[in-house]
Amino acid sequence: MKLSLAATLALVAAPVLASEGEYMPPVTHDATKAECSECHMAYPAGFLPQRSWTAIMTTLDDHFGENATLDEVSRAEIEAYLVQNAADAGGRSSGLLYRVSPDETPLRISEMPWFRSEHDGEVSSRRLQKAGSMSNCAACHRGADRGIFED
Amino acid sequence: MKHTLILLTALMAQPVLAQDTSPQALIEQYSAAAGAAASPENGQALFMATHSGGKPDTPSCTTCHSADPTKGGQARTGKPIDPLSPTANPERFTDTKFVEKWFGRNCNSVLGRDCSAQEKADIIAWLVSL
Repeated sequence: MKLSLAATLALVAAPVLASEGEYMPPVTHDATKAECSECHMAYPAGFLPQRSWTAIMTTLDDHFGENATLDEVSRAEIEAYLVQNAADAGGRSSGLLYRVSPDETPLRISEMPWFRSEHDGEVSSRRLQKAGSMSNCAACHRGADRGIFED
Repeated sequence: MKHTLILLTALMAQPVLAQDTSPQALIEQYSAAAGAAASPENGQALFMATHSGGKPDTPSCTTCHSADPTKGGQARTGKPIDPLSPTANPERFTDTKFVEKWFGRNCNSVLGRDCSAQEKADIIAWLVSL
């Protein structure tokens, strides 16, 4: 059971490059869902490796140009959840870490090589303008909140 | 049914607010801490001004909240921000923790420092006067 669960997790963690029916388990942790969705959707933890979440959660005073600091209890709890569910949690290998070298710490999901290969040339300037920014997944992926990132 | 669902989704997207305070109570509290009455005019000036001490992407409150706080704004991510003025949005300034969290973040983003109690009182006093 434990093994098949791990196998299932590995499968759902790495579908993006495999097909167009992309699914990524959405955030299930209450504090993470609440705090990380105030300015953008709460991005699924599986989109970034552990080192990225740690870097992000320890630099909230300059979060992509804004102060997003949290009280220490919430901050630590959210960091722990994100790290435990990251792309490489438990030594897992994820297709999403394709072309990310181990000494790199990506901070933006939108700059991950898999993201760029999925989106470059796909998003018209009109659509991007309507969305506001590439961080607004749900502008095009209507099911993003449920983890569904189909085209 | 569909509309109920949409409504429910819209409601769930809002932060859960404690409703433990009111704009008036906060004005009184911050004014008392500052030792001076709130000035809506100063609040407006602070809100509308372009500042240089904070982060380059957020030089003013209006960057995200727009110059008309009775209407909504937009975060740099593209996400809509509900109107800040309690006149237009009665949920505003009803949760002490939420208010303190966002003053803490946004004063530091825009001014590069915390807002004083006086400044907080002034801004809320202006927002309720709209």
